[in-house]
Formats: sequence, structure tokens, C-alpha cells
Amino acid sequence: MSALVNRLDWLTQILEVFAALAMAPLFLGWVIKCRAWLQNRSAPSLWQPYRTIRKLFLKDAVIAQNASALFRLAPYVVFGTMVTAAAVIPSMGSRLPFSTAADAIALVGLLATARVFLALAAMDVGTAFGSMGARREMMVGFLAEPALLMVIFLAALICSTTALPTITEHLATQSLGLYPSLAFSGIAFTMVLLAENARLPVDNPATHLELTMIHEAMLLEYSARHLALMEWAAALKLLNYTCIGFALFLPWGIATGTGPLALLAALPILAGKLALAGLSLALIETFAAKLRVLRAPEYLASAFLFAVLGLLVHLLLGA
Amino acid sequence: MTALSYSPLSVCLGLIATWIGIGVAGLLRPLNVAFAGRALFLLGAACGLALAVVAAFSLSAPTEQTILPVGLPDLPFHLRLDALSRMFLFLLGAAAVGISVFAAGYFRSGQGAAPGLLCLQYHLFLASMALVLLADDAYAFMVAWESMALSSYFLVTTQHRIAEIRSAGFLYLLIAHLGAVAILLAFGVLQGGSWRFTFDAMRTARLSAPWAATAFSLALFGFGAKAGLVPLHVWLPEAHPAAPSPVSALMSGVMLKTAIYGMLRITFDLLGHPLWWWGLLPLGLGLLTALFGVVFAAAQTDMKRLLAYSSIENIGILFTGIGLAIVFTGTGMGSLATLALIAVLYHALNHAFMKSLLFLGTGAVLHATGERNLGRLGGLIHRMPWVAWLTLVGALAIAGLPPLNGFVSEWLLLQAFLFAQEVPKPFINMLLPLGAAVLVLSAALAGYVMVKFFGVIFLGQPREPKLREAKDAGLLERLGLLWLAASCLLLGLLPAQIVPLLSLVTRQFALGGELPGNASWWHLAPVPQRESSYAPLIFLLTVVAVIVLTALLVGLFYHRRVRRAAAWDCGFARLDARMQDTAEGFGQPIRHIFQSFFALQRELPSPFDRAPRYRVLIADRLWGAIYLPIARLVHALADACARLQHGRIAVYLLYSFVTLVALLALVI
Repeated sequence: MSALVNRLDWLTQILEVFAALAMAPLFLGWVIKCRAWLQNRSAPSLWQPYRTIRKLFLKDAVIAQNASALFRLAPYVVFGTMVTAAAVIPSMGSRLPFSTAADAIALVGLLATARVFLALAAMDVGTAFGSMGARREMMVGFLAEPALLMVIFLAALICSTTALPTITEHLATQSLGLYPSLAFSGIAFTMVLLAENARLPVDNPATHLELTMIHEAMLLEYSARHLALMEWAAALKLLNYTCIGFALFLPWGIATGTGPLALLAALPILAGKLALAGLSLALIETFAAKLRVLRAPEYLASAFLFAVLGLLVHLLLGA
Repeated sequence: MTALSYSPLSVCLGLIATWIGIGVAGLLRPLNVAFAGRALFLLGAACGLALAVVAAFSLSAPTEQTILPVGLPDLPFHLRLDALSRMFLFLLGAAAVGISVFAAGYFRSGQGAAPGLLCLQYHLFLASMALVLLADDAYAFMVAWESMALSSYFLVTTQHRIAEIRSAGFLYLLIAHLGAVAILLAFGVLQGGSWRFTFDAMRTARLSAPWAATAFSLALFGFGAKAGLVPLHVWLPEAHPAAPSPVSALMSGVMLKTAIYGMLRITFDLLGHPLWWWGLLPLGLGLLTALFGVVFAAAQTDMKRLLAYSSIENIGILFTGIGLAIVFTGTGMGSLATLALIAVLYHALNHAFMKSLLFLGTGAVLHATGERNLGRLGGLIHRMPWVAWLTLVGALAIAGLPPLNGFVSEWLLLQAFLFAQEVPKPFINMLLPLGAAVLVLSAALAGYVMVKFFGVIFLGQPREPKLREAKDAGLLERLGLLWLAASCLLLGLLPAQIVPLLSLVTRQFALGGELPGNASWWHLAPVPQRESSYAPLIFLLTVVAVIVLTALLVGLFYHRRVRRAAAWDCGFARLDARMQDTAEGFGQPIRHIFQSFFALQRELPSPFDRAPRYRVLIADRLWGAIYLPIARLVHALADACARLQHGRIAVYLLYSFVTLVALLALVI
């Protein structure tokens, strides 16, 4: 029996990673579609991100003359860390055998590794855009990362563990009204999610205007398969963050038991949650205006403060 | 020979004597680079290796004591080798291996002092640090401590013909002595009226609470001055860049750790039972230091100054951990105190290797290019791949990224912070977890600093034409870097093996609790009931497997064709290296966000300038707020005293006469 359960856990683990890999471009396509609907534009197909990635894979890679090995290595590292991150985040089931290798703090470290490699690769060619993008990305990162860690810290204090699946399991079995502190950190988390994934109001994924861009500036020198991996990793990152959000704030519907039925139900529930999340993301992006880059630290500092406030509420009121 | 002569302590003493011997041997042929600069340094590295091996393998051996009949009559050196000394001796030995091997390739002729002289000072420095770790009475400790300060002073002022280096050395000496005085006073308090200055006597002395607190604060001041705790940090960013790179590595990587050792020795061993509220001071100062250091590091344009400020940050993290451990011990939460203390020891080890690695990396760059200014470097990954990739390991490690070593100690410390809400003191238990917010912020900023450090030096295009002729480091230098980089990797990948070893060290203190052992050999799970675990080996293997698999699949399903072309110039066909971000540019967001930290001076060009010039000077506010007023006061007092001195014999005769009369009046 236990061998069967164990096998089922591994199945959940593998299913999760592949579902994340497969769904990431679709989720991105869904967000783009919702945004187009909300903004009265005709929407591209849901499958457009897949087509883009395929097209990029087929193209010949053009690399700047000055690029070093680091430049060619970085897309694989970024992609690899994002896939590994997807293996740690409980999106469908909370019995993940791999997640003992990395708890929530390690997960944040993993995301930071991806960011550092992205920034280093951007500086590698030595153009004005690349280094500007790297600088801005790191600026966003050094404020967003502690905010994210504080959000996770709060959940860890509530559940007295930093293992993400255990946190999810613990929260999923509680009722919603118990933790007002989570509301604060929910706001903080949403702000971090927007900033880290290069969405409005910090960055605009739809523009290549020099003065505003962050993420796109870093990718400017990439082409073909390297760009495809970077784009896919970016889509995966958005999905990962959304799933971290689900794990912390909307844990219901996840397969906490060991039965195969719960796992079967978990996939449609996850899809439903993602559809809702994509719609809300598009809504936020439609109503938000792009901040000046110099304003971004204030935005992120308030995210950090919200997260700390959540922590304080929990510590002072025990709620 | 009795069995005693083969004991670890005697081997350590033998190695220390060998180090001194090597140093003196350097004077035999002081100008011969191959002998004094290379062979002797390699011999010194071998001693370091032996020391590390002896210390590591005797970690669980019983404590040893001996008395060396040297020094003043009736004041022999008491020496003691226990687990804490062994761990720090291991740190010293293992870091010295990499640094000495690097130094053997680094010190070449015609630079600063004679190699023989450097050899003497360098090995005396090593030997005195080892003696500090072995000392078991205040007298031996102070002698070793002062020889450490003096030998490193001479090493800092190797290029003493440059005025700035002289003044940096003087500042270092001054603050080192302020600290030494405080430590001396701390020992004076610790003997508790027994007037015996052996550490054994201090362990048994019963101090009243106020006196114990006094001894603790004096120790905090003294060791804080050596370690670079804010506001006593000012010497670090001056002295580290002034010294030759292997010396900077040794000072930053190892010497700062002797201060941590002293702090641990006095707090947990000699005082024994620290009260919980003592911990708040190192905790608060540590957090302040961590944030302060990393913010200043982000704004630096000199690569060695940047690393010096990063050392300040790490010292802050270490003191934070010490403070946390004291709070836990004082409130009877022994196993958590163990956790925090293990995090401190782990971070001390980590920092010794990664900071030495980075300093040596800057040394190699400095040798190849002659530049320390970040604004004149760039693109060196093409010319110096060995140095670049090995430095990258150190940079990623110090940025606290998994699966390297910096992350492990940070992880342990954060786990300790997570328990702080259980401290049975109202308000404190609410405020303590907020300390984690500051810690996390400085850790994230460290990532920023390291991207700047590595990116500006090694990536991009060379900012000066001469960089195109830069040559990669020589064989010995590479070996030294490789040793340190490998240590960083091993410390990062094997925490589940190292934490139990470190708990042998914490076991010697009366912390009132222990950590349960690790469940498996690859999972690090210090507190099993929490289910928090971290397995860097599995973690690394997975990431590498995904990377390799992705690369293979992409190659299999598509193609591997690559074409080289010019970088995209947006239609502006004159992109050049000057258009990359400079170090100032990369630090600009930090200067903007943390404006209140800096005393900024800016020179902006006007639109009509013929030769436009942009200059930003970043100064430390504390310098103006604390040090300058004190300096002014000393000056004023000296001036007042100077009035007594006129240089005229008649006046001095008058003084003698008046004194005589006054004394006569007193007697009669």
C-alpha cells in the first residue's frame, strides 16, 4: 500500500512539473486575451505563445560578437531553475517528494538565482540597454525578494514550518476568517507578483519603449532558441508565482489526501483558479498606469511594508 | 618522546613554530623572489593544510591544556585546545592554504617591500592568529592579539610610500588599539577580584550582574572594533584596499573571524551564563551593520572598498546571530541557541572562504590590469576566464544563492529567527521576527552588490583599451582560487555533514539544550518537528539535470546553429564601451533609495562646460558625526598642552622650580 502511495506521490510530482511546463504559455495567452477583451482590442489566439516559442526554436541563433559563454548558459540556467521551482510549489497536490529538497526559503533563493543569471547575461554583451535593464531588474528584485520572503515568513510563523506543501496543507484545512494578517500579506504578494513578472505598473510586457522597459531590455540581445527558453521561463515564472499565491492564499481544492480521485479533481480546480487569476491580473493591468521607474522603489517598499505589517498583525494580535 | 608530544595541541604548536620559522627564513635571502616569495609561501600553505587537517580530525577529541614557559617570569603562556579553537583553527588553516598558494604566485619582484620582509610579516600574522585561538590566559591572548595587529599593520602599509596608505594604516592601528584596550579592561573585569588572569580562573569567577554586563559590553566594544561593527567600522574600507590582495583576503577572511572567536569565547565560555537582554545590543548593532555595510557596498566604485563594505555586512550578520543566540540562551531555549550559534559558526566559515576568494580575484584583476577602479574595468571574462568563473562562484555564494554556501548559513539563521516569537518575553518576541526583515533586505541587497561587482569587472566590453592585453592569472594563483571556490561549493553542498560537526563545538557551551541529529545524510533538517528541510545536493543535481536535458532536447528536436553578429545598436551605429552602465550608474538606484545613509557631494557639469566633469563623492555620515568631533577634541587638548611647551630652557627651569616648591610645601 505504502509503495503505491509513494508511487502516486511521484506521479503527482511529475504531473505537476509537466502540467506547469505545458500550461505556462497557455496561461500567458489567457492573460493577454483577457487584457485585449478588457481593452476592446481583438485578441490574439490563446495558442499564440506556443507558436512564438516554436518559431523561435526553429530560427538560427544570432549572438553578439562580444557575448561570452555566460550569455549562452544563462537561458538554460534560468529555465532550469524555473522548472525546479515548479517542482517545489504545490499546485495540484501537497504530497511532493521532491519538495523536501527545497523549502520556501530555498524557493525564494532559487528565484533569486534565476534573476541574478538573467541580470548577468544582460550585462554580458555590454550595451547600454542590457546593463540598464540589469540594474533596474536588480533594483526591483532587492525590494521584491524581501517582501516575498516576509509573506512566506508569515505563513511559516502561522504553520510553524517553512515547507511549502505543509503550509498549504495546514492552511487548506483552516477556515478563511482566521487570519486577517494574511490579507495584508496577500496585498503585498500581489504587488510583488506584478513587479517580479514585469507586469504593469512596474514594467509593461507589451512595449519596447526604451525608457520604460526592464525585462525586455535584458532580453534585447537574445534570439532564437535562447530567447525561446527565456520567454518560456518568463511564462513559467508567472505561473509559478501565481501558484505560490494559490498555495498561500487559496489553498482549497488541492489534493492533500493520497487518493487518485483528489488528484484528478485537482487539475480542473487548478485550471479554474488560473482562469480567475488571469482575469484579475488583466483587470489590474487594465486599470493600473505604468509608474515611472524612479517610483518603482516606493511601490515595492510599500509591498515590503505591507508584508511586514502582516507579520506585525500576526505577532501582536496572534491572528 | 612521550605520547603527549603527538597530541593535536603540540602539533598545532609545532606548526605555529614552523610558520614563525618560515617567516624568519625569509630574512635569509630577502630579495630572492623564488625563495622568499614562492618556496616559503608554499611551505606556509602546507603548514596551513596540516593545521586544518589536525584541527578537523581532532574536533571531537577531549580538550587539551598546556603551559608554555615563555614570556615574563611567573607569567607563562597557558594554552588550550578545545572544540571552538579547533573549529577556528580549521578556518584559519584551510583559508590560509588557498591564500598562501595564491600569494606564492602573487608577490613578484619590484613591488613595494622586499619579498623576504613580506614573508616574515605574513607568517607572523598567521602564527599570531593561531596563537590567539589557542591562548588560555589574558596575558597570552593579549600578546598574540597585539602581534596580530602589529604584523597586519606592517602588511597593510606595504606600500608605505603612498600617503593615503600610511594614513589608512594609522587609522587601522588606532582603532585596533582602542579595541585592545577595551578587551584588556574586559579581562580585568572578568578576573572578578581573584587577580588571576587564566581563563580557567575567569570561568570559575562569580561576577555580579552589573560587572558581568560591563565585561560583556567592553568585549563587544573591543571585538566589535576589530570586526568592524558600526560605528567602529571606519578602518575597514581604508585598510582593506590599502593592503596587497592576499593580505586583504587574510584580514577580511580570517582576522575578522578572530574577533568573532573572541566574542564567542568571552560570552559563552568565560562569562558562561549571559543574560537574555545582553543579546539585544549585538542583535540591533548587527542588523544596523549589515544594512549599513551592504548599502555602502552598493555605492562603491573601488572594487576592494566594495568588498570591504561587504565584509562589514557579513560581520553584521554574524553579530546578529550572536545576539540571537544570547537571547535564546538567556531565556532557556537551549536548542534554539544552538541553532543560532551553528548559523554563526557556519557563516564564519563561509565568509572566510568566499571573501578570501573575492579578494584574491580582485588581486588577480589588479595584477593583470593595474586598475582597482570599477569605472576602468570590464569584459575581463574573455581575457581572464579562470579568474572570472572562479570569482563568479564566490560572488554567487556571497549573494546567498543556493546551492552555494552563503545560502546555508542564511537559511539556518532565518530558521532561528522564525522561532523568535516563542521567546517568553513580551514585546521582544514580537520585535525579534522583524529583525528577519532587515536581515532579508540586506541579503537581497548583497545580490545587487554582487551583480554589480561581477558584471562591471568581468562582463560587458572593456572600458579601457589596455584591458584587451590583460592576461589570466598564473598557475599558482589559479590553484589558490580553485581551492577556495571548491571549499565554497563543498560547504554549500554538504551542510548535513557539517552541521553535526559544528554542533560538537556548540556542545562545549552550557547552552542548556542541543539540536537533535540529522535524519538523513543529504537532508539538512535541524529541527525535525518543523519539517523544514533543505537538500542542496539533490537540488543542484535536479537543476543540472534539467539544464542538460533541455540542452539535449533542444539540440535533438531543433538545431544548434549559432551565428555571430554585431550587437543590436538601435540604429545608432556608434555604440561603444562608454555607453555601458558605469559602477556609479549601477549604484544610482541605491543612492537614490537610501539617500539618508550617505553624505553626498556632487559636481554636476553645466550645459556650457567645455570639459564637462561629473563627480560624486560618497562619504560616511558617521565619520563626520563621531570621529571628526573626537579628533577635533584631541587636537584642542593637544594644543592646550602645547602651550606649556615653549622650547625655552628658562621656562622649563621655572616649571621644575615650581614643582619642587609645591612638593616641598606638600611634605612640610
